[in-house]
Amino acid sequence: MTQYIIRRLIQSLFIIWGCATLVFFMLRAIPGDPVIQMLGPEYTPEAAAALRTKLGLDQPLLVQYTRWIGNVLRGDLGGSIASGETVAEAIGSGLPKTLSLAALSFAIALVIALPTGIVAALKRNSLFDYIASVVAFVGVSMPSFWFGIILILIFAVNLRWLPAIGYSEIGEDGVWAWLQRLILPSLAIGAGYSAILMRFVRAGLLEVLGSDYVRTARAKGVRERAVVLRHALRNALIPVVTVIGIQLALLLSGTVVVETVFSIRGIGRILVGAIFDRDYPIVQGVILLIAVIFVLANLIVDIVYTFLDPRIHYS
Amino acid sequence: MANTTDVPTTARGGSLDAATKLTAARQHTTGGRLLRRLRGERKVLIGAVIIVVLAVVALLGPWLAPYHPDADDFGILQPPSMEHPFGTDSFGRDLFSRMIIGTRVSFSVGFLAAAAALAVGGLLGIAAGYYGKWVDSVISRAVDLLWAFPVIILAVALVAIFGAGFRNVVIAIAVAYIDDFARIVRGETLSLREEDFTTAARAIGASDAEIMFRHIGPNLIAPLTVQLSFAVGLGILTESTLTFLGLGVNPATPTWGLALNEGRDFVRQAWWISVFPGLAIVITVLALNLLGDGLRDALDVRGVSDTG
Repeated sequence: MTQYIIRRLIQSLFIIWGCATLVFFMLRAIPGDPVIQMLGPEYTPEAAAALRTKLGLDQPLLVQYTRWIGNVLRGDLGGSIASGETVAEAIGSGLPKTLSLAALSFAIALVIALPTGIVAALKRNSLFDYIASVVAFVGVSMPSFWFGIILILIFAVNLRWLPAIGYSEIGEDGVWAWLQRLILPSLAIGAGYSAILMRFVRAGLLEVLGSDYVRTARAKGVRERAVVLRHALRNALIPVVTVIGIQLALLLSGTVVVETVFSIRGIGRILVGAIFDRDYPIVQGVILLIAVIFVLANLIVDIVYTFLDPRIHYS
Repeated sequence: MANTTDVPTTARGGSLDAATKLTAARQHTTGGRLLRRLRGERKVLIGAVIIVVLAVVALLGPWLAPYHPDADDFGILQPPSMEHPFGTDSFGRDLFSRMIIGTRVSFSVGFLAAAAALAVGGLLGIAAGYYGKWVDSVISRAVDLLWAFPVIILAVALVAIFGAGFRNVVIAIAVAYIDDFARIVRGETLSLREEDFTTAARAIGASDAEIMFRHIGPNLIAPLTVQLSFAVGLGILTESTLTFLGLGVNPATPTWGLALNEGRDFVRQAWWISVFPGLAIVITVLALNLLGDGLRDALDVRGVSDTG
């Protein structure tokens, strides 16, 4: 197992290196001169030369590349063109908001998906199961940003229960204000995510409930509650762990769009804003960060999986 | 799927005539069984009916729309009425007509992107699975790299580099979904490569291309159909998301995502601009997901999912 973990670790490092390389070439792939694109109407030959020097674009490609990889390793992703801050500072200001949003979305998704999936599996083919399946189908098919707008319409515009947009710092305004502003966006992201998880919980539990050891447990006279909770559920949730990792991409992508709907300046909104400003260092930094988070999260999920399921041998 | 695998077995025994008859009979039963299975899948039926209706709307859009999509003399932000079933937008245009025209754009982007992803991903997958060794290593690592970027992020990045617009949006979405197709086809090819019919084809001197496209290819149709159905839906979702962010197709083209983008600032005054285009997206993607899910059950395909 240790060997497997080491191999996965090395593999992940290679993927991250590949991502950093791709992101490096991203700036160079812009058709025409990226510096002219970035400066836009403020273009003068002097400003272009200055920016080219600042970005290191006047160096040979190999020098640029080694410098970029070296800088990435040190966590130095360059400086924003539009504002004076460094890319690391911009990410540092946005990341806590995005992570808060992602964490709450994840919590909401689990709270919805686990009980619904379990009940749907236990009461297979019942009205509840049917309705849950239909709702899950709709949930998967719904753009999270649209659901966010609908939530604003209902809870902020009509009922006036919650604020429509913005973000409150937990340290400044307290937990309640923080939560109040995060509930709607988290629900917008969490709903679609819960639909997927619910389907996996239901399918996983159904499979396990039909297995021999569950039948044995029942035959021994173990109460149904214990059969489900102690025997079936623990095993049924193992594949769900993998799904959580894979679908993390959905959660991250969801935050990018939903942040725009709710005017939360997390990394997603920073990314979209930077694209409009043609602030490429920021674009590069945020995209690389998201890829790294995604790869690392999947690595962690894979490692956790090896501890959860002792049946699997990794050669 | 079973037809091709049956061929060597039938060819082994009896006269050629008998073998042909047997194969034809088997094909008939398999075809009949497939039809029966498809008919039994309510999801396929519901999904297909909705898609056909929407496809007709997409094709005949300009003739079906009651008004010109750019006509703007109906009064701004008018609520839904008999004349304007979905109301009017902030420019005074008929939302219903704009959404009918938008159907074509959403469908075109979804289908073109999914088809391109299928073509490229399919070729990469079949090459990786069939040739194995270094070909597989190179392709698989490239696919791993694509996979490391969430779809929306990758599409946003590509649009950021190459600019918005119809063609670039299609390419961006296609690139983002290549890895899904490549993985499915590679996995299937790996097991099909070891089947008897592949060995038999090789024994009678079939070339690599013949084995890949004539013998392995037909067996990939089922999983690819299922994945295509999901990918079109995901493509439509991604297009609407990109357009909503202002990174989609030309802002002069009426699309569902654009309507949502324009309606965002008027949520308080005009709910209809935000509700109807979103419903159109949900219904379309839902229909494609139902179709894909039903086909997966009917064709007994594993390992293909609608969640990207």
